[in-house]
Amino acid sequence: MPLLAPIGRVLLGFVAATGRLSIFTILAASHCVRPPLFPRLILRQMVEIGYYSLPVVGLTAIFTGMVLALQSYTGFSRFNAESAIATVVVLSVTRELGPVLAGLMVAGRIGAAMAAEIGTMRVTEQIDALSTLSTNPFKYLIAPRLIAGLTMLPLLVVVADIIGVFGGFLIGVYRLDFNAANYLRLTWEFLKTIDVVSGLVKAAVFGFLIALMGCYHGFHSRGGAQGVGAATTNAVVSSSILILAFNYAITAMFFGE
Amino acid sequence: MAQATPKIRVRNLYKSFGSNHVLQGLDLDVGVGESVVVIGGSGSGKSVLLKCILGLIEPDAGSIEIDGKETVGLTGRERDEVMAKFGMLFQGAALFDSLPVWENVAFGLIQAKGTDRKAAKAIAIEKLAAVGLGPEVATVWPAELSGGMKKRVSLARSIATNPEIIFFDEPTTGLDPIMGDVINDLIVDCVRDLGATALSITHDMASARKIAHRIAMLWQGKIIWAGPVSDIDHSGNDFVDQFINGRADGPIKMQVGA
Repeated sequence: MPLLAPIGRVLLGFVAATGRLSIFTILAASHCVRPPLFPRLILRQMVEIGYYSLPVVGLTAIFTGMVLALQSYTGFSRFNAESAIATVVVLSVTRELGPVLAGLMVAGRIGAAMAAEIGTMRVTEQIDALSTLSTNPFKYLIAPRLIAGLTMLPLLVVVADIIGVFGGFLIGVYRLDFNAANYLRLTWEFLKTIDVVSGLVKAAVFGFLIALMGCYHGFHSRGGAQGVGAATTNAVVSSSILILAFNYAITAMFFGE
Repeated sequence: MAQATPKIRVRNLYKSFGSNHVLQGLDLDVGVGESVVVIGGSGSGKSVLLKCILGLIEPDAGSIEIDGKETVGLTGRERDEVMAKFGMLFQGAALFDSLPVWENVAFGLIQAKGTDRKAAKAIAIEKLAAVGLGPEVATVWPAELSGGMKKRVSLARSIATNPEIIFFDEPTTGLDPIMGDVINDLIVDCVRDLGATALSITHDMASARKIAHRIAMLWQGKIIWAGPVSDIDHSGNDFVDQFINGRADGPIKMQVGA
């Protein structure tokens, strides 16, 4: 019995947390589709997530594309398969690395900021103040962030895809002495619509998850500065893990057969 | 004060957090236009009482009526209609950091009442003047204000929509005695000018004596004494006497140390 009690406590805690998160997700999602919405707040969050994340996502993408090209070359040159480099770069970036790395970088930048901002609002009673001013915190704080996350991450990933492929192109042409036109032809030749679309679907899901985790942990933070710090950490860790887990699930869904 | 239908009527209110039984069958009436101050030690459940009435915390059991209408369990539009009657001054002011002062004051007008921004700004400046702040304060950010100014802005926000009921949560906590008295005077003036019903919680007796018509003492989750402010010094209740005189000796035993 002494052994079972702690296991039961952990299990009950997990079930309770899952229930809390499920209710939070349903409530938040329902407020995203029910008017009134707050266009000014949605726009502000879109700028925050989309525009201000461009540098970090762009830098991540270009170095990833460059490394991919270099690493592919060291492997494929042993088998005289250098012509596959462009294809490997474009497929890796559009299907996997673009959405996953952009998602992880945005989780660190935006998920943390959302949890910290909403967490601070919680512990300083600003969220209670919203309710007393007849304003639903889900509609005012959560819904704009979820909508912005859902819509902005695919746009960021389009940019990341282009910059990532460009990074591979730079290495291919200026370091590995590929013909530029030939590199671009190989890039386009094997790229299918599903490669890009699957990446964009992933990005939309990741954007929603990042905003959801940031808002959820911020909304439920307790106990002052320490609580806000813990909420920020939990938001980044949980959204990162969820991104990797959902990445597998969506990949299996699109390319499982 | 006998009222046929009190503005706020709380009956048999219970609220526990785990094994901590904060409210244990609390009863309280606040009449129309009356100012009631609930006093009690730290952690006695004063803030929980306010949050239960505001619907921010769901009570475990009991009844809360506003204008004779039961409000426990209300959600959505019905809850919004009740909330529109309230204004609230939070202990830490709870101003929105991301909005300038005038938008904080006008928040309820713009978001809940749909007032256009230009008209709302004019009203905000008018309300800031009512709490002794000039129009130059309207465009600054909350982070640039002193503690006393934040309280004044929060007071202006709480009266901006001309509420029927105003709650004051520890209005003078963290302020120097002079600024505390300024806030007390503003509270008395604002409540009188609006003809509002006021419910305040504090452990500052100077503040309680100034802003209350009636005082109620909360102890171990119940109101153990309530009466006019003039009776507080001869209440005949040992708990009240110990509290208002700030004595360590008496029936209220403070937990000191581990």
